[in-house]
Amino acid sequence: MSLSQWVRRVGKPVAFAVSLIPFVMLASSLYLGRLGANPIEEVTHRTGDWTLIFLLITLAITPIRKLTGVGVVVQFRRMAGLFAFFYAVVHFSIYLVFDHFFALAAIVEDVTQRPYVTVGFTSLVLLIPLAITSTKGWVKRLGGRRWTRLHQLIYVAAAGGVMHYLWLVKADTRRPVVFGLILVALLGLRLWRPRQRRRPKEAPGTGPAAPLTRSG
Amino acid sequence: MLIKRPDDIKSSEITSKRDYLDRRTFIGGAAIFGAAAAAGTMVPWWLRRTGGGRVVQDDELTSYEHVTTYNNFYEFGTGKDDPAKNAHTLRPRPWAVAVEGEINKPGTYDLDDLLRGITIEDRIYRLRCVEAWSMVIPWRGFPLKTLIDRFEPTSKAKFVEFHTLHDVEQMPGQRRAVLPWPYVEGLRMDEAMHPLAIFATGLYGEDLPNQNGAPFRLVVPWKYGFKSIKSIVRIRFRETQPRNTWEIMNSDEYGFYANVNPDVDHPRWSQARERRLPGFRKNHETQLFNGYADEVGQLYAGMDLRRNF
Repeated sequence: MSLSQWVRRVGKPVAFAVSLIPFVMLASSLYLGRLGANPIEEVTHRTGDWTLIFLLITLAITPIRKLTGVGVVVQFRRMAGLFAFFYAVVHFSIYLVFDHFFALAAIVEDVTQRPYVTVGFTSLVLLIPLAITSTKGWVKRLGGRRWTRLHQLIYVAAAGGVMHYLWLVKADTRRPVVFGLILVALLGLRLWRPRQRRRPKEAPGTGPAAPLTRSG
Repeated sequence: MLIKRPDDIKSSEITSKRDYLDRRTFIGGAAIFGAAAAAGTMVPWWLRRTGGGRVVQDDELTSYEHVTTYNNFYEFGTGKDDPAKNAHTLRPRPWAVAVEGEINKPGTYDLDDLLRGITIEDRIYRLRCVEAWSMVIPWRGFPLKTLIDRFEPTSKAKFVEFHTLHDVEQMPGQRRAVLPWPYVEGLRMDEAMHPLAIFATGLYGEDLPNQNGAPFRLVVPWKYGFKSIKSIVRIRFRETQPRNTWEIMNSDEYGFYANVNPDVDHPRWSQARERRLPGFRKNHETQLFNGYADEVGQLYAGMDLRRNF
């Protein structure tokens, strides 16, 4: 089996199943009543965590490729990004249904009056065009350059997601700070690595956020 | 507020008994309640303890399991399940309480000596957290006033300040400076002397579990939960208003009064509704003073509750 066959037949299905595990675990724990006195808070927090984790995984792929030279990881980036979007949508849906029960006025009030909601909601909205244009067809339609520019929105969305968490906590900022430090490191690697390699001729497609399909 | 002697009715019986009562009869408030209580038959004894009969229809008791496994007690960690996991290190006996300030009888007392001769009552109270969730908890305890009177406060005693134990051996969460330790809370003297304000020594008919603030804690049901300080080791009577821990942490978001008020939002979230645990939806309308307005409203007559949040 060639590497690309392996990725398609084994790697991606396994990655997909593993990425779904948190969702399945949460849904079953909720159904079985194992999430304690405040299940909705628990599900909200954990889906928020998984959104950030998948965003960071997505953002880690380019630096991993650069640092290790292992190119195959790029083939998992789209899936990671889409799972970040998936967990963000679940996270928002819980808020929509259980916090506000579709009360639009209350949601508008939250989004406009409360900075942590504003920034979280904005991040979710920013992910929507990225999810839509994640297909090969859209890469072709937009062209690599424009597609890459568009998908750099993930930097903003991830930063917004971390701020959303940081502004939400009452006193214990340890977890959002850890997320923030990892994010800063991952973004820093993007700024720092290319300068080191600029002297030898830069190969095309090694920019900060090359389209998913290019090395596929 | 009607006071009832302790008895050995199990809380499970309390819950089941509620079912055959038409509670709507009592929603009318203190007037109806008072009349019925005077008649002496209409209102069962356990309903008299809910704070003036303002029982709304779905004030079901929160289960013992949920009351004891979900709460904020940062001295044992900042997760809601951390207190239940970590509070086994607390040693609630023997327990010394330092009483000081503007009183005639200062000193360090053993808790059991303080409790001698005090009648422990059952009180079912709603507990509303500032984070917009709430529970209904059957406490055991006694009015603050009972104890405070013994210390003979002087005319200078305008406020009373409480401190939680500060001991990293017993409270491992204090190894991290998440909050400035020890945790401090305070009440105005007239709030403290109000009959609804109690020292709780137990819940669900047994001694307080460590994670709920053993061996004794405040319960001030018309204020957000963070006012109800746990595991108290120091009571200080003062002329000036103390600064409570959350006010020190973030004075824009947490004030000294912290009265439950659906019209005064926390800057980061609405206080209009609450999630009555273990419910899913945040569909319980928050009431002014957590539903105890008839009893405590006069304490704040003429005060701007928006400014004194």
